[in-house]
Amino acid sequence: MSAPPPARVQGTLDAAAGATRERLGRLPAAERARGTAFHLLVFLAAMIAIAGLVALIVQAAVEGRPRLDSALVTEQPSSVAEEGGFQSAIYGTLLIMAGVIVTVVPLGIGAAIYLEEFADQTRWYNRLIEVNIQNLAAVPSIVFGILGLGLIVRGPLDLGFVAYAGSLTLSLLVLPTVILACREALRAVPSSIREGALALGATRWQSVRHQVLPAAVPGIVTGVILALSRAIGETAPLLLVGATVFVTFNPEGPFEGAYTALPVAIFNYVARPQEEFRVLAAAGILVLLVVLLLMNSFAIWLRNRYSQRW
Amino acid sequence: MASRDISAAVGPAAPARPPLTAAPPRFGERALIALLALCGVVSVATTVGIIVALAEPTVEFFGEIPFGDFFSADAWAPTFANPTFGVLEIVLGTLNVTLWAILAGIPLGLGAAVYLSEYAGDRVRRVLKPALEVLAGVPTVAFGFFALTFITPIIRDLWPGFLGDPPGIFSAGAAGLVLGLMIVPIIASISDDAMRSVPAALREGAYALGGTRLQVATRVVLPAALSGIVASFVLGVSRAVGETMVVLIAAGATPNATLNPAESIQTMTAFIATTATGDIGVGTITYKTIFAVGSLLFAMTLVMNLISIRLVRRYREVYE
Repeated sequence: MSAPPPARVQGTLDAAAGATRERLGRLPAAERARGTAFHLLVFLAAMIAIAGLVALIVQAAVEGRPRLDSALVTEQPSSVAEEGGFQSAIYGTLLIMAGVIVTVVPLGIGAAIYLEEFADQTRWYNRLIEVNIQNLAAVPSIVFGILGLGLIVRGPLDLGFVAYAGSLTLSLLVLPTVILACREALRAVPSSIREGALALGATRWQSVRHQVLPAAVPGIVTGVILALSRAIGETAPLLLVGATVFVTFNPEGPFEGAYTALPVAIFNYVARPQEEFRVLAAAGILVLLVVLLLMNSFAIWLRNRYSQRW
Repeated sequence: MASRDISAAVGPAAPARPPLTAAPPRFGERALIALLALCGVVSVATTVGIIVALAEPTVEFFGEIPFGDFFSADAWAPTFANPTFGVLEIVLGTLNVTLWAILAGIPLGLGAAVYLSEYAGDRVRRVLKPALEVLAGVPTVAFGFFALTFITPIIRDLWPGFLGDPPGIFSAGAAGLVLGLMIVPIIASISDDAMRSVPAALREGAYALGGTRLQVATRVVLPAALSGIVASFVLGVSRAVGETMVVLIAAGATPNATLNPAESIQTMTAFIATTATGDIGVGTITYKTIFAVGSLLFAMTLVMNLISIRLVRRYREVYE
């Protein structure tokens, strides 16, 4: 692994290139023009991507501004756009996310600890788990919706169209992300910590439980928050597991009653042709973006605040 | 205790000591570790679950609809009174959208990666990278809304007359362009990582030989990082193929065998979402169609994943 050139090294490299060029003679004008054009081209590519992000946020803000009021949160969805809000959807999203946290945190951390600390990487079944996690991370989200519809809503689990069916589907969807993030956090703890604990007579589990895990907590929490921020915006799988498109009452609980979620409600409003619903949808998108931004900033703050350099 | 150990070790008749290992597990620890392993097994069970969930209804589907019809019939109209199941129409819809996503996303993503890794200073990087991460985290409904209310009107306004009728409210092109924007962060961040892991010695060598920045970037760094770059392309494309909300919102709901970006189309994912949210009875042929199309989608993305893994292996240059 080589470090990418930091500014200082890049300066040295440029100086070296300059010196060499001096010996070899100045670059032909055409060559220099080509270099500048390429520099401009790749710079533009990066800028267009950023401009897209800015345009997306500004567009939602401009369209949604008229409806950014408290009614957005306090009102139930309605077929009259001016009266409609997102209450049942926000409540549903909170319920779903609570279910995701309860499910995915123990599963993800457990799997990561096993793979990173205990698994013998030369065994075929452990390699199978690894390859499988990599593959799962790239399966389209709607396929997880089909899994939820076939096996969680109906089939062996037979939960019906309830909020926890959505939680479980989203949990399986973000599980690979959580596992990968937790493994990275565990890997960042130097092996001298483990060896020190073992040398003092701790068992492997004791060294993991009392030394490695506490040291990895900030990284793990960061990874979990980032994974949750992915789950909170997921729409497609929820459409399949019954986040019914139009619910005007709050769900009764994780295991009973119809439910909806914020991104699904947004989709419902976007799909309507009338201008007023579009405004409502834009306001909902803004709410979602703000929540996501807060989660991401918190995760990044956490990473910077507590990350240890060993 | 320690002194006894030492004397035993230096003594002439030192008994064979057990090798240095961790203390033996205490009571219950094996059970705990088995529990942790079980968590790892859940991920494998998920894959098995996906295959099981897809397989049974798909097999039943092909019990009623001949395999040949699925791939050769002209039209995709499974919910009509007189249904036909020509899946190629919605496969072409997916290809149509993916094509525009590739045309927009790959140059932008690769360009951004080259800029980040070879040109941008530290300060710029520290702003650009998180911004791309934020872009990656934007929910797909928001991208769909953006395509419908921002990109589509712009395309309609700027549409040159000689290309024929301007696109309607729903068009494959607008959805594809936004999908392209969506996959930029994936391509940029993986390619950037790949290029930054090219050893500095290669760059320095090239500069010492009088290479310009352009030459170093395109003839030394890009080829050396090719494996990661190709992997990022394939991953980005597979994301575009499997994406649902953007195409559901902005590309329309009309199965249409065309690669014309101005037309309204339906993709495989959009069909699944539309049909599953409609009023369908369990066990009907429409219900099973969801799973048949889902199987095809799963197979397509799986093949892409395997190709990406193979490509990475073939082109990988191993550095110390």
